[in-house]
Amino acid sequence: MSNRFPSPFEIEGPEGIEGWEELYPYSSTFGENRKDYEDNRFWFWDSMHWGKALTPWDATFMELALASLSQMNSRHYRIPPADGVDFRILYGYAFLSPVGVDPSQIEARVPQFMERAGHYFGNWDSLYDNWLVKVKSTIEEIEAIDFSPLPEMEDLSVITDGLGLGSGYQLQSSYNQFKDLILKAWNYHFEFLNLGYAAYLDFFGFCKEAFPSIPDLGIAKMVAGVEVDLFRPNEELKGLAQKAVDLGISRAFDDPNNVTLEGAAGAEWQAAWDVAKDPWFNFTSGNGFYHFDKIWVENPDIPYTFIKDYIARIEAGEDISRPIDAIIEERDRVVSEYRDLLATDEDREAFDGKLGLARVVFPYVENHNFYIEHWTMSVVWRKLKELGATLETAGLLTSKDDLVFLRRDEVNELLWDYYANWAVNSPSAGAKHWAPIVDRRRAIHAKLSDWKAPKALGEPPEVITEPFTIMLWGITSESVNNWLGSDEGAENELTGMAASPGTVEGIARIIHDPDEVNDLLQGEILVAPITAPSWAPVFPRIQACVTDIGGMMSHAAIVCREYGVPAVTGTGFGTDKIKTGDRIRVDGSSGKVTIL
Amino acid sequence: MCESCPIVDWEHELPTVRSFTARKVDATMTDHIVWFDRYDHSHKPFVGGKNASLGEMMMAELPVPPGFAVTTVAYDQIWVDAATVTAVNDLLRSIDHDDFAANRRISGEIRSIIEAVPVPDEVAADIAVAYQALCDHCGVADLPVAVRSSATAEDLPDASFAGQQDTYLWIQGADSVIDHVRQCWSSIFTDRAIAYRHSMGYLHQAIAMSVGVQKMVDPVASGVAFTLNPSNGDRSQVAIDASWGLGEAVVSGEVTPDNFLVDKVLREVIKREISDKGVEYKLTDGGTVEKLEITGDRRTSPSVTDDDLVAVAILARRAEKHYGCPQDVEWAIDRHLPTGENVVMLQSRPETVWSQKPTTSISSGGYDPMKSIVSTLVSPLHKKQDN
Repeated sequence: MSNRFPSPFEIEGPEGIEGWEELYPYSSTFGENRKDYEDNRFWFWDSMHWGKALTPWDATFMELALASLSQMNSRHYRIPPADGVDFRILYGYAFLSPVGVDPSQIEARVPQFMERAGHYFGNWDSLYDNWLVKVKSTIEEIEAIDFSPLPEMEDLSVITDGLGLGSGYQLQSSYNQFKDLILKAWNYHFEFLNLGYAAYLDFFGFCKEAFPSIPDLGIAKMVAGVEVDLFRPNEELKGLAQKAVDLGISRAFDDPNNVTLEGAAGAEWQAAWDVAKDPWFNFTSGNGFYHFDKIWVENPDIPYTFIKDYIARIEAGEDISRPIDAIIEERDRVVSEYRDLLATDEDREAFDGKLGLARVVFPYVENHNFYIEHWTMSVVWRKLKELGATLETAGLLTSKDDLVFLRRDEVNELLWDYYANWAVNSPSAGAKHWAPIVDRRRAIHAKLSDWKAPKALGEPPEVITEPFTIMLWGITSESVNNWLGSDEGAENELTGMAASPGTVEGIARIIHDPDEVNDLLQGEILVAPITAPSWAPVFPRIQACVTDIGGMMSHAAIVCREYGVPAVTGTGFGTDKIKTGDRIRVDGSSGKVTIL
Repeated sequence: MCESCPIVDWEHELPTVRSFTARKVDATMTDHIVWFDRYDHSHKPFVGGKNASLGEMMMAELPVPPGFAVTTVAYDQIWVDAATVTAVNDLLRSIDHDDFAANRRISGEIRSIIEAVPVPDEVAADIAVAYQALCDHCGVADLPVAVRSSATAEDLPDASFAGQQDTYLWIQGADSVIDHVRQCWSSIFTDRAIAYRHSMGYLHQAIAMSVGVQKMVDPVASGVAFTLNPSNGDRSQVAIDASWGLGEAVVSGEVTPDNFLVDKVLREVIKREISDKGVEYKLTDGGTVEKLEITGDRRTSPSVTDDDLVAVAILARRAEKHYGCPQDVEWAIDRHLPTGENVVMLQSRPETVWSQKPTTSISSGGYDPMKSIVSTLVSPLHKKQDN
């Protein structure tokens, strides 16, 4: 077994991708300028968030997210042992590398952290209330951005109000504002998250010490919220399914691609849909990071299919409502039993305190995903599509879809081209300039998409200690060793995190793309690189779930537990080793998957 | 030997057999029968250790097979005739404790004398009525029962009499039950019990005999459970050993049992090791216990389902809660009871290995949230574990 992964400088990409680096900012690619630094680090492919090759514009969110995460650790809260998580794009794929703090500097950061984090923990609820206000107003601002084409003639009011500023200026400004707002949203995304994880980890560590073999799931169960915004979209679907049954129009959903609502009942249902959809159906079938992710409100066939499923279950006499009381009762039972089993009253006091704090912070940890990844990003992609359409109409791009093949700062150049030549009323160079660039990049991107990125690069540290790497990505010294030794491991066995308990055997179906989710047949086992919260409605259909990546707090794990489906997450190679049609055994209690 | 036992100089203080009738007897207790489900602690001196523990388990709402104790008040009746006392006394005096063969012969003679004493009518009637009530309760005529000795030694609370007195399985019919109660009484003088008392310096008269009559369990599978993880002392788990048939095979070590770890809070099986199980003890229709070779798939199939395991874990936890310390429990899955009610508990006693370790607090010096978080961040658990 080798003790290191290949260097990023040794990895050969696919054929015919010369010049691929120009798809991404120079600061986000490996290169000679920082070779010594880069070659001496451990990098892991974040296939959980960026499992597919990035287009130039899509790469934006990887950069924004990682910079925002990092700044909270390093510059805001002064997390004593952890600075940021560095990021690079190699052949289209995102590789991350946690950056530790020099051990001699850790102590000096402790009082800084205590003061800063202490303020947040001490005022969590009011700060969180304010966070909701800030995020909603940011979303509103993004919604309000106007990317409409430049007019033949300015409106008369520009003259009569004495504005002296035109639409060309507004468009440039809007685009810059758009970029600022998405950075703002990603800053907000991490405002509480790292601290939330820290409080959770503290409780987690305590439980592991008190009960050396406690499953991670047991700890998560004690902390998990009950009324979670992330589950609201799915709950709204159930309500709409029930309404369709009550109104006697359930047959209208037999063909989700062709739903016609008629009469007063249809209008009543439509009104209910309209109330629910904003904001709850700003929900993506992917993870929000790709321009091609499908958003429910723009692709109603997706929610209609889920509604059809729920209707069938209601009509079969099943109770599909979420048993809130039972969930609370079970959670309280688990808490009181672990508490009873502690050795001393002193331990019980610490347990109460840590659990209390973990529960204060947890609504944010669960809900931020809806507000940023789903709601904000739904609006962001919608706006970007509007801009693409405007640029196509104006003849600056051959097709509106070309926009994502420009880097975000190249779009400034394109908009200048548009503005200047609109102002002069002369031909723009845009379409002819960008068409060959976009064609070349599209071809490169297609080749990158077919390439399989390595799990990791460089030399792994002796011990992984960066708390967020462990918590969010589920990357531990153990899992890294697993990756290193994977060629020698038993061909028919995979290990991962015991994310949701129970053991089942069944037929596997590999799902690489959210669009394939509806191919899942009743009783199959879902095997995917990662699952998204919006797949929740298919969980009643499946027997178990296996993912390649994801820790205990990955969105997949949260949803699996909620739906009581046995799950093993973070197996590393599930989608490689398992084939659709294989009979497999999933043991969600011990984290083992066996191909039978 | 435990410290609380009185040391008796056997050479100088020969027991008087009169003492059998001179035992301290609480005159307020006159019942010959105590039902397990009506047991309370005042009955303890009259029902012996084994029966008291079954009664105690019933108080903890643990599913013990139903039954009753024939109290020491009934036992005391056999010593009413002075001739019996004299005869037994003479035989006891004649024992040469170094002569095992003679011991066995004299033990047999004493037992014959005791079993020849007619069971007083009142006692026999009370046992017959209780047995009939048990048959009615279970809805089975001539219900098969286990008849077990339950010795009591009120001055020797920590003495162990395990395995010294007799147990009779698969007894049917009131007459046979009465007959076997008498055999249990006489089993107070098995050669090994006599030798044990001699070597420990206990007086024969310190012992009295109660008898348990309990619905026979016919186990599909059975085993033992510890209410903690024996590998690391984790109290949130239950370790369960299980094999086919009666518990005999597991307890005697004749099979390597299936081994499981069940999370007692989450109620999930988290580790399973299924072993190759060679033999099982089974009850035959004729009422005897047979040792059979296990063949085919059953050898390597799990002897219990996950539902069974969770049920065992829940019951073991209930016992632990009731007794206030980790327990070592014997359980069985009854062939005839309906699913959901078929897990029964046969015994529960304190676990002895981990329970001896002092309890240590993992949170010293009070809880300070920020300090605690800093410490977690600076030395995360995975680092601690990996080191």
